[in-house]
Amino acid sequence: MDKETFIEQLREIVRPYAKNQEALATINTSTDFINDLKINSANLVDVVLDVEEKYDIVIQNEEMERMLNVQAALDIVEAKLNEK
Amino acid sequence: MNNRVVITGLGVVAPNGTGIAAFSEAIKKGISGIRYDEQLAALKFSCQIAGKPDVPESLQQQYFEELELKQLSSSGIIYGVIAGMQAWADAGLAIAPETPDWDSGTIFGAGTSGVDKFRESVYKVDELQVRRLGSTAVTQTMTSGISAFLGGKLGLGNQVTTNSSACTTGAESVLMAYERIKYGHAKRILAGSTSDSGPYIWGGFDAMKVSTFKFNERPEAASRPMSATASGIVPGSGAGALVLESLDSALERGATIYAEVLGGNINSGGQRNGGSMTAPNPVAVQRCITAALQQAGVQAADIDLINGHLTATGKDAEEIANWCTALQRNGKNFPYINALKSMVGHCLSASGSIELVAVALQLKEGFVSPNINCEDLHPDIQALVDRERIPEQLLYKDINLAAKASFGFGDVNACIILQKYLQS
Repeated sequence: MDKETFIEQLREIVRPYAKNQEALATINTSTDFINDLKINSANLVDVVLDVEEKYDIVIQNEEMERMLNVQAALDIVEAKLNEK
Repeated sequence: MNNRVVITGLGVVAPNGTGIAAFSEAIKKGISGIRYDEQLAALKFSCQIAGKPDVPESLQQQYFEELELKQLSSSGIIYGVIAGMQAWADAGLAIAPETPDWDSGTIFGAGTSGVDKFRESVYKVDELQVRRLGSTAVTQTMTSGISAFLGGKLGLGNQVTTNSSACTTGAESVLMAYERIKYGHAKRILAGSTSDSGPYIWGGFDAMKVSTFKFNERPEAASRPMSATASGIVPGSGAGALVLESLDSALERGATIYAEVLGGNINSGGQRNGGSMTAPNPVAVQRCITAALQQAGVQAADIDLINGHLTATGKDAEEIANWCTALQRNGKNFPYINALKSMVGHCLSASGSIELVAVALQLKEGFVSPNINCEDLHPDIQALVDRERIPEQLLYKDINLAAKASFGFGDVNACIILQKYLQS
């Protein structure tokens, strides 16, 4: 899966949680979920669950801890998909 | 501090009407909100009818963000937030911008919270999927979920809590709010209570056989307080909300005043003298009523209207007897009495607040709402109270003093005295 497709899909996943719609419009690999998109930290677990569902993968606790931005999400999902 | 306390805002999500305008019209016309419930039938309940408020998606969207709705499966939180925010707006109060409103709080009761969310969560945990509970399993199922939601939406900076005392919950919340304002700890408290709907709340009542199973084919005739053919409660749900405010604050804001809260009493029968987990000790009920009158500084002879607890079980006649003893009034001398449950069923932890909303409307607008389904008055009640005092038709009548009582499992009682407020 190419990076652009992933970012597009991730944008839709985080859309309901993102309080900053402008940052969502310009989402890129350096976008931070909490600082840029203003996602409530409690909702990060919901984002992870939605990502798991979308790609049919399981994200471990340690991975969840570092899945705080788009690049980290991309790395984790790519690694999981390659394992399949 | 001894502030006078008034009601300046009302909100309601009831089986026979959502919003004050619809509810007010329904209780004047004697419209029943009891319907046949296919889910209860499919689950083989004995009682297959219930009172469930209508809260369309479009209405929910006015009070909740898209994200909240995506995750919300607590009907009690939906009902309570809508009723609470309606009451706040009705009082002409604003939502706090950046700084919390330190003078305003909420005491919003519940029997339990988010039973449907709780059920989902239990299944996930048992399927070894605890990690998939999501971020809102706690906030929807903590009993204080409703006050937490309201506190955040309105920006309340005073006490934000949830009380719980079975079917007295709603009346208790109003009395606790009254005291907090009276003693100067807050200027405004959003009081009220909510109750989830659905089989997982109502199942226990079905199992106890306190819900009627004789009226599945005639839902609107099922809830029959004071009737000779009363055969049990009809389970209901919803929320009622009342903004209580110090008279000084209300006058300063130029707020509309529905009624004044003169006082009241809360007690328990200790599950003694005939009282039990599920039945009231009559001495405690009578004491609660007389203490409420005393605390409010009014005479029993001056009460114009009683809004009873009156659940449509065999206990209604006992309640009437307790009122007669406590007030020392009977026959033609008995106050008018009505039972809102005849139209909405027993809304459990929400019953007291929904019924208090009805009482406030009757004081403000000067009417006595009709009792439906008691054309065959119970002979034990007929022996105590003149038929004319239990109106079956809407009466337009100036009501000055009203007494409202609620009783609950655990042998707990509450009685509140409200007075019409004459606004200059």
